[in-house]
Amino acid sequence: MKCEELLLMLNEYVDGTVDPAICDEFQKHLAGCNPCQVVVDNIRKTITLYKDGTPYDVPVEFREHLHSLLRQRWKESRGSSPQS
Amino acid sequence: MTDTAVDRALVGRAKAGELAAFEELVNCYEARVYTLARRIVGQEQDAEDVTQQTFLSVLEHLDGFREEASFHTWLMRIATHAALKVIRKRRGLPTVSLEEMTEPQDGQEIVPHPEFIADWRQSPEELAQRREIQGLLDKSLAQLDEKHRLVFLLRDVEGMTVHETAAALGLSEANVKVRLLRARLQLRELLTREFGDPARRLVPPAHSH
Repeated sequence: MKCEELLLMLNEYVDGTVDPAICDEFQKHLAGCNPCQVVVDNIRKTITLYKDGTPYDVPVEFREHLHSLLRQRWKESRGSSPQS
Repeated sequence: MTDTAVDRALVGRAKAGELAAFEELVNCYEARVYTLARRIVGQEQDAEDVTQQTFLSVLEHLDGFREEASFHTWLMRIATHAALKVIRKRRGLPTVSLEEMTEPQDGQEIVPHPEFIADWRQSPEELAQRREIQGLLDKSLAQLDEKHRLVFLLRDVEGMTVHETAAALGLSEANVKVRLLRARLQLRELLTREFGDPARRLVPPAHSH
């Protein structure tokens, strides 16, 4: 397998969905190709960094407004049940 | 990450009329919805509008939510559509359905070849501790074409499957995979230029064209 071919299959390899036969080829190539090894490692770290990153803080004023609005809307749509 | 069993229980209670359960769901997810919105629409005010729209929509459609997908997936779909609506409005485009906005097959896209190849000096865990990281991550995301950024946000950041991502964006799975590959490679390039150890930089493999 050449570097260029490996590049096209990167997703499958990183996600673990690659065909076992191709996986074998992949690993053989990686064993002898440092740049490709590092690229694969870089990609894994890139994904981890974003996946495990901290979300933004929701602005406080907006958050209060949002919850108040939702409560109000909830009561409007569900609070008024017919009295038996 | 998401705890599907907990979500299912809360959704059940909310459907049964318990406001506190609904509020708990909002508490759990508002930061992630806001963050996704910000990364799609690029600014705070619009991101707030999108977040508000998203949860209002959840409230309105909760009874009709059939729970075939997880609550998280359903929620992120709604948020994505709301964010894209804002973007289309900004550009003066008619707010047509997502399906009509689908681009033709991306099969011809050129996969970017890695140029800066080096081990990172710090692990993602260490990097995540640094306060300036978030800005850098978002700056890098902003450099991607929107169509690549969207796929990365849903698939890799929110952890949706390729199938769910395709459904949310009105794309084929093949398109999702091509765009995802491009997004990952571009982000790898940008972040490795920041975090890679230049002293250990490797020569990229030779390639044609």
